[in-house]
Amino acid sequence: MIPYLSLITFIPLLGAIIVLFLPNDKIIKQFAIVWSIIPLILATVAWATMSTWQPPYNFVYNYCGPAIDVASASYTFGECAPWIPVIGIQYHLGADGLSMPLIWLTTLLTTLGLFYSAKVINTRVKEFFALFLLLAVGMLGVFVSLDLFLFYLFWEIGLVPMYFLIGIWGHDTDRPQYAAIKFFMYTLAGSVFMLLGIIALYLYSTPNTFDMTLLAAGQSNMPFGKDVLISSLAFLGFFLAFSIKMPLFPFHTWLPDAHTAAPTAGSVILAGILLKLGGYGFFRVLLPIFPQVSQQWAFWIGVLAVISIVYGSLVAMAQTDFKRLVAYSSVGHMGFVVLGFAAAAALTAEQMTNQNYINSGAAAINGAVLAMISHGVITGGLFFLVGMLYERTHTRELSQFGGFGAQIPVYGALLLLTAFASLGLPGLAGFVGEFMVMQGAYSTLTILAFIGVWGIVFTAAYFLWKVIQRILLGSADERWVKLPDLKGYEILTLAPLAVLMFVIGIFPNWILDSINTATIVILEYMKQI
Amino acid sequence: MVQNYTLFIPALPFLAFAIIVLLTRKSNRLSALVAITGVVAALVLSYGVFVEALSEGAELSLNPFYGAPIVWAPYGGMSFNFGWYVDPIGAAMLFMVPTVCLMIFIYSTAYMRHSHVDEHGHHHNEDDPRYARFFAYISLFTAMMLLLVISSNLLEFFIAWEIMGFCSYALIGFWSFRGRKEHHIDDAQVGRARAASIKAFLTTRVGDVLLMTGIILLLLTVGTLDFTKMYDPQVMNNMLSATTQPLPGVEWPVLIALLIFCGTIGKSAQFPLHIWLPDAMEGPTPVSALIHAATMVSAGIFLVIRTYPLLTFAQETGGAAMQVVAIVGAFTALFAATMGLAQNDIKRVLAYSTISQLGYMLAALGIGAFVAGSFHLITHAFFKALLFLGAGAVIHAVGTNDMFKMGGLWRKMPITFVTFFIGAFALMGFFPLSGFWSKDEILLEALRGGYFPHEGGQDIFLQVIYLMLAVGAFITALYTGRQIFLTFFGKPRDPEAYEQAHEAPAAMWAPLAVLATFTVFLGFWNSPFAPAFFHFVGETGFMGMGPFEHVEFDQIALSNAFLSVGIALSGFIAAWAIYGFRSVKAGQSDPLAHLGIIWKMLSSKYWLDELYGYKINLDGTAKPGLLIRLVGLVMRFLWWFERAIVDGLVNLAGWFTRLLARLWGWVDSHIVDGLVNATGSVTGEIAGWWRTMQTGNVQNYALVAVAGAMALAILFLLRSFT
Repeated sequence: MIPYLSLITFIPLLGAIIVLFLPNDKIIKQFAIVWSIIPLILATVAWATMSTWQPPYNFVYNYCGPAIDVASASYTFGECAPWIPVIGIQYHLGADGLSMPLIWLTTLLTTLGLFYSAKVINTRVKEFFALFLLLAVGMLGVFVSLDLFLFYLFWEIGLVPMYFLIGIWGHDTDRPQYAAIKFFMYTLAGSVFMLLGIIALYLYSTPNTFDMTLLAAGQSNMPFGKDVLISSLAFLGFFLAFSIKMPLFPFHTWLPDAHTAAPTAGSVILAGILLKLGGYGFFRVLLPIFPQVSQQWAFWIGVLAVISIVYGSLVAMAQTDFKRLVAYSSVGHMGFVVLGFAAAAALTAEQMTNQNYINSGAAAINGAVLAMISHGVITGGLFFLVGMLYERTHTRELSQFGGFGAQIPVYGALLLLTAFASLGLPGLAGFVGEFMVMQGAYSTLTILAFIGVWGIVFTAAYFLWKVIQRILLGSADERWVKLPDLKGYEILTLAPLAVLMFVIGIFPNWILDSINTATIVILEYMKQI
Repeated sequence: MVQNYTLFIPALPFLAFAIIVLLTRKSNRLSALVAITGVVAALVLSYGVFVEALSEGAELSLNPFYGAPIVWAPYGGMSFNFGWYVDPIGAAMLFMVPTVCLMIFIYSTAYMRHSHVDEHGHHHNEDDPRYARFFAYISLFTAMMLLLVISSNLLEFFIAWEIMGFCSYALIGFWSFRGRKEHHIDDAQVGRARAASIKAFLTTRVGDVLLMTGIILLLLTVGTLDFTKMYDPQVMNNMLSATTQPLPGVEWPVLIALLIFCGTIGKSAQFPLHIWLPDAMEGPTPVSALIHAATMVSAGIFLVIRTYPLLTFAQETGGAAMQVVAIVGAFTALFAATMGLAQNDIKRVLAYSTISQLGYMLAALGIGAFVAGSFHLITHAFFKALLFLGAGAVIHAVGTNDMFKMGGLWRKMPITFVTFFIGAFALMGFFPLSGFWSKDEILLEALRGGYFPHEGGQDIFLQVIYLMLAVGAFITALYTGRQIFLTFFGKPRDPEAYEQAHEAPAAMWAPLAVLATFTVFLGFWNSPFAPAFFHFVGETGFMGMGPFEHVEFDQIALSNAFLSVGIALSGFIAAWAIYGFRSVKAGQSDPLAHLGIIWKMLSSKYWLDELYGYKINLDGTAKPGLLIRLVGLVMRFLWWFERAIVDGLVNLAGWFTRLLARLWGWVDSHIVDGLVNATGSVTGEIAGWWRTMQTGNVQNYALVAVAGAMALAILFLLRSFT
C-alpha cells in the first residue's frame, strides 16, 4: 500500500532541500522540474484509482483507533498516527472527491510554474526554486490534512515562501515589499482568528480533539451544543481566515497588489491554488463542522459574495494595467464560489427533507468546487499570458497594445480561448461551475442570485472591451513590428491548460463525478442541523 | 435506423473545425475542403434522419427520436444527461440548416477571394489572409446550430446557443484587426468591425442572462430540463404547486416563459435588443447570410418553438405570456420595417428586413399559429440567405455597400439579378413563391384568431396584431422595391464601379441558383391544396397537444390571399413610383428625405443607439449611449471607492499600528524608562517587537500568532473551568 498523500506532500519538501545542495543554476532548474513531476504522476494515479477504494480498506495505515476509522469512512488514502498524544494531535491525512482535484491541480500548476520559471528567472535561482517547491508543500498539506492542527500548520507554511517570492522576485515598479508585507500581514491576521477557532473547537469537544472527521456534525460529538455565542465566534474566526484568503469583499485589497507584484509563476500559484485554500476551507470546515451557524449567516455571506461578483467585475473594468485587471477578475470569480457556499448553507432544516432542494444544494457545492478548479486553470493561464506579453513588450499598460491578433496569432488564439473561458462561455471550463452555482443560488437565495447573475455581463464586457479589444484588435502598430510569437516552451506551458479548458467544458463529468461523491457526504453532515 | 447516429450530425462539422485549427490551417484549399466535407457529411446524415422522420409521419410528434446517453454533470442524486431529440419541426430544421449552410460554404470559397490590382495594373484574385480561419469558424458555427436543433435538453440547447454567440462575435469581428500586409481592409472598417462585434456579443448576453435565469427557474420548478420529461402535464403542474408567487400577480409559468423569451429577444434581435443586428453586417457577407439571416437568428425562434408547451401552459394558467410574444413580434415586424426604409447600405436593408420577418414568426407563434410561424422560419431561411448572398455578389462586384453608388446592374450581372429578384418577391409575399404561402398563412391566422378561442377583448388584440403585420407587409414591399430599383435599375450612379462590375463566378452563382429553386418551390410543402408540412408538424399538435390551426382553402383564405398580394403589390408600385419611374441620379438625395423629421428619425434608427446602445459611425469611431455611460460612471466611482475607502482603511490600519509602535517606543524611552526601569525594559521589549512587526520579519510574525493564540487559549481554558 503506497502512502500517496504523504509522498505527494513531502516529495517537494525533499526536493527543496536537495536544491539547496545542487551546484549550478542549470542543474537546479532541470532537477526541480523533473522532481515536481513525481507528485504530479502520483496525484494522477491516486485520483484515477480513488474510486476503487472502498471502506474498510480506505486506510493505508491507521494507528489512531476504530473511532477515526468510522469517522473517516468517506476518505481514501487515509493515514493516521498519533503525533502529540498529550493534546490529541494526530498526523491524519485523507483525500476525497473535494480535495483530490485540488491536489492534482496543485501538482500540475507547480510543474508548469517551475517549467516556465526555468526560462525567465535568472536571479537567485537556487532560492527561487527551493521556495517554490516549499510553497507546494504548504498548499498540498492543507488539502490532505484531516487534523485541524496540521491544517493550520500547513496553512501558515504556505505564507512564508510566497512572501519571499513576491518581495524578492517582484517587479521593482510594483512596490513588491509593500505588496509582500500587506499579503503577509493581512493573511496572518486572518489565520490568528482561525487559530482561535481551532482552539475553541478543541476545548468544546468531548473528548477534546482536533480531528476534522470527528468534529464534523453528526459524528461522535457536537462541539458546541446550544452555545450560540461561542460557536458563532469560532465560526467567525474560520470565516475571517477563509474569506481573507479567497478573497471576499471587503477583505480583498491585498490581492491586486500581491498578484501584480509577484513574478509570473508566483501569480499563477497565488491565483490558481492559494486562493482555493480559502474556498476549500469553506467546504471542508465550515459546512460540515458548523452547519447551524453557516445556515444562520448564509444570507449575509451571500450578500458579500454578490457584492464581490458585481463590485469585482466593475472594478476590473476600470483597470488600465493588464495584470491588475486579471487580479480583480479573481475577486469576481471567487464571489461565485462563495455564493455557491452560501446557497448550500442556506438550506433550512425543512428544505433538507426535500430531495429537490438537496439536489440544488448539491449543484451549488459541485459548481463552486468546479469553479475553483476551472478558475485555477483559466486564471493560471491568464497570468502566464500576462507574463509572456510583458517579457516581450516590457509594459502591461493596455493602452500600449493593439493589433496583436494579426501580429502574434498563436498568442492571440490562446488569449482569445482563455479570455472566453474566463467570461464563462459554455463549452469551456468557466461555464459549468458558474451555471451550477447559479442553479443552487436561485433555489435558496433567489434575489441575490438574480443580482449576481449580471456579473456575467460585466465580466464579458471587460474581457471583450479591455482585454481582447485593446490587445488583439485594431491595426498593428509600427512599434511592435518585430514582436515574436510564442516560443515552443511557452506553448508547452499553456497547452495543458488549454486542453483542460476544453475537456472540463465539454465533459465536466470526469471531475464532477468525484466532487459529487464528496458533496453528498457534506450534505449528510448538513442534515444534522 | 439512421436516427441512432443523430449525434454525429453536429460532431462532423465540429471535427472539421478541430482539424482545420490543429492541422490544415496553413493550407487554404485543404481547409475549405475539410470544412465542406464536414458539412456534406452532416447534410447526408441529416437528410437520412429527415427521411426517416418523414416516414414516421405525424406519429413522430408523439414518439420523437430520442436518446440521452451522455452523462454531462451530476448534482446530488440527479444529473444532466445530453443526447438527441428529433420531432417533426426538428426534422424540418435538419433539412433546412445543412442545406443552407452547404450553399453558403460553397459560395464562401469564392467570396473570400479578393480581387487586387498589382503595380502593373493586372487584376489578381487572392485568398483572404484568414481564409482558413473563416472556414474554421463557420464549421464551428454550423456544428453548434445543428447541435442546437437536435438537443434533447434545454441546457444542451443553451450551450450550443452560446457558442454560436461566440462564433457570431468572432465572425462579425472577422476584420476587426489588421496586419501590416492586409490592404483589403482599412482602419475605418477595422474600427467598425471591432465595435460591432462587442456590441453584438454584449447585447445578446443581456438576453442570455435572463434566459439562463429562466432555464434555472424552470429546472428548479419542474425538476428536469429534458424535453421528453419536462412537458408532461403532471410535471408542468409542479410549477403551480409552489406556494408563493414570484412577483405579485405573476405566476411561475408566466415569469419563466417570459424570461426564456428574453433570450429570443436578444438572439433574434427583437425590440428592444434589436440594435446589434444591423451593425453585425460588418462581418463578411456569407456570415451575414449564415448567421444573421438564415440560421443563428432563427435559433431564437426555434427556442420559442421548443418551449412552446411552456408558453401555452403559462397562457392557460392565467397569464398573458403569448400575448407578450405576439405583441413584441408584431411591433418589431412593423418597427424594423420602417427603419429598413431609410438605409443606404444594401446589407443593412436586409438586416432590418430580417428583424422584421423574425417579428412575423413570433407574432404567428404568439397568436397560436404554430405551423404558420414554423413554416415561415423554414422558407425565410432560404430566401433570406438567397438575398444576402445576392447582395454579397453585388458588393463583391462593385466594391461598395452603398446603394446610391450602384444602379443599372441588371445588365452586368443577370444571374444575380434574376435570383435576387426571386428572393425579393418571395420576401414581399408574391404568389406563388414560398414567402407568399408562409406569410399569407400568418396574416390569415391573425384574422381567424389563431389557436385561441375568441374571448371578449381578444378580438381587438388580434385586430391590432393583424393591422401591424399588414402595414408591415406594405412597408416591406416598399423597401424591397426601393432596394431593387436603386441597385439594379436606372442609370449607374458610379460609372467607375459599374465598369468593374462583373457577373459572379460559378462558385457564387450556383448556390444562388439552388437557393432560388428552393425559394420558388418550397412553398408548396404547405399550400392549402396539399398541406404536407401541416400534416407532418401540426396535425397532432406539438407533443400531442392537439391541432393548432387548419390549413384549408376556403372563402376567407381566398379573399385574404388576394388582400395580401394586393398589399405587397401596392407597396411595390409605390416603390416604383418613387424610385423606379424617375430613377435617382448621381449625387441626388433620397426622394423620401423630403419627409423631413420623420426621415431623420428613421435613418437615425429612432436614436435608440444614443439612448442605450452603442453608436458606430462610418469612419470607425463609436460613441456609447446614455446607459453605457452611466455604467462607466458607476465603474469610475467604484474604482475611486476601492482605492480611497476599502484600501484606504487597510492602509490606515497599518499606519495606525506603526504610529502606535512609535508612540509606545517614545513613551518607553522618554518617560517609562526614566521612571521604572523594570517596567521599562518589558515595555521596551514590546515596543521593539511592535516595530519589527512592521518590517516584515517572518519569525516574529509566527511568534505573534502563536503567543496570541496561547493567551487566548488560556482565556478559553479559564472560561471553561469556571
